[in-house]
Amino acid sequence: MSAPNAAPNAAAGAILPGVRWSLVRDLKIALRSRAELGVQLLFYVIVVSLFPLATTPERTLLATMGPGVLWVAALLASLLSLPRLFAGDHADGTLEQIALSPYPLEALVSGKILAHWLTTGLPVAVLAPLLGIQYAMDAESLIVLAAALLVGTPILSLLGAIGAALTLGLRAGGSLLALLILPLYVPVLIFGAGSVDAVRAGLGAGANLSLLGAGLLVAVVGAPFAAAAAVRIALD
Amino acid sequence: MLEALDLAARRGLAHLFTGLCFRVDPGQVLVVTGANGTGKTTLLRMLAGLSMPSHGEIRWQGKRVAPFATAVRAAIAFAGHLPALKDELTAEENLASLVALAGAPPAREAIRQALDAVALSRQRALPARVLSQGQRRRIGLARLAVLGRSFWVLDEPVTALDAAGTDLLARMVADHLERGGVAVAATHAPLGLPESRVRPLTLG
Repeated sequence: MSAPNAAPNAAAGAILPGVRWSLVRDLKIALRSRAELGVQLLFYVIVVSLFPLATTPERTLLATMGPGVLWVAALLASLLSLPRLFAGDHADGTLEQIALSPYPLEALVSGKILAHWLTTGLPVAVLAPLLGIQYAMDAESLIVLAAALLVGTPILSLLGAIGAALTLGLRAGGSLLALLILPLYVPVLIFGAGSVDAVRAGLGAGANLSLLGAGLLVAVVGAPFAAAAAVRIALD
Repeated sequence: MLEALDLAARRGLAHLFTGLCFRVDPGQVLVVTGANGTGKTTLLRMLAGLSMPSHGEIRWQGKRVAPFATAVRAAIAFAGHLPALKDELTAEENLASLVALAGAPPAREAIRQALDAVALSRQRALPARVLSQGQRRRIGLARLAVLGRSFWVLDEPVTALDAAGTDLLARMVADHLERGGVAVAATHAPLGLPESRVRPLTLG
């Protein structure tokens, strides 16, 4: 920027256009490969629906384990789609172009994470109240469950992006990613599933949702930097 | 202007190259040749700022640059051996997307003209999935033309290109140098450039 010969470039340091570029592109690609999205959602629906069939039709028991099952299934659905977050761009050379773009890599990575959440986390959160009915959950629990998933699933995408970038180019990348990331998902799982339990115990979900919100803020600030650093390492 | 001072690269414990010094002035192209595995791609990735030299330094416009330096990212057009195309998108969408990624507003007219120039006007609306390797390469050429960057890094640019495509590439490189651009190319193909413009470098 200070060099007199350097070409002026409006994109240098521009965060929002960078986020928009990768968000728009990833959503467009996701829409063109709808079948894959459908498979993930179907996986979520099937996993959730298997538990009542395999365990018990008893309503109180189902209502107790419902939130936990829905959350674990959300974790798995998120994990299922994570390896593809960077792998496709890595394999076809787009990741090199992304890293050499004048836009900040953190912004471009953020856009990709946002697109990942919109295509996996958001549908999972929206479907959850519907699936919760199978578990004889009451209306208030269902609303809290959806709210907790809305706040919690972005954390899954953000943390998962770090793992996806770290395991880029590794042979057993997919399974390593699961080992790496699932332990980090534990706090989200505890507070997320805990919020519904708190409501059922008459305590209100405020505390759990606040903690999830705090976790989301920390992840939003930190994860793009960590994921961008991991992408740079993967390219080296 | 691009300079390398005492550049070295290693793979594991073995040195690919050491003590590499060169200077490429505006209007010149560094043509890197060498047998397979002598580090041509490694050198190109270093110069592009994608990887870290194990020793030595790279200077761009007289200033030492680290990997992913902003000054280099604002000037470079990197054409690696991977085409960076998305199968799901059409030729036109791919080009527009890559141009936008480089920070240039993807003007529809400019994109179409660039595709016409590389003889892809009929394939404009086809998904990249059905394009041949050579046609994919041509989208890369169109990208170089639209971006108008001053520093080209080309890794085996003639791979999969037919005779007409190779001529087109040679013409584009010549024009680029004429405008005072800098280029680095790993290629064994004669690009038909005047001697004064070419700085040869043989690795290995």
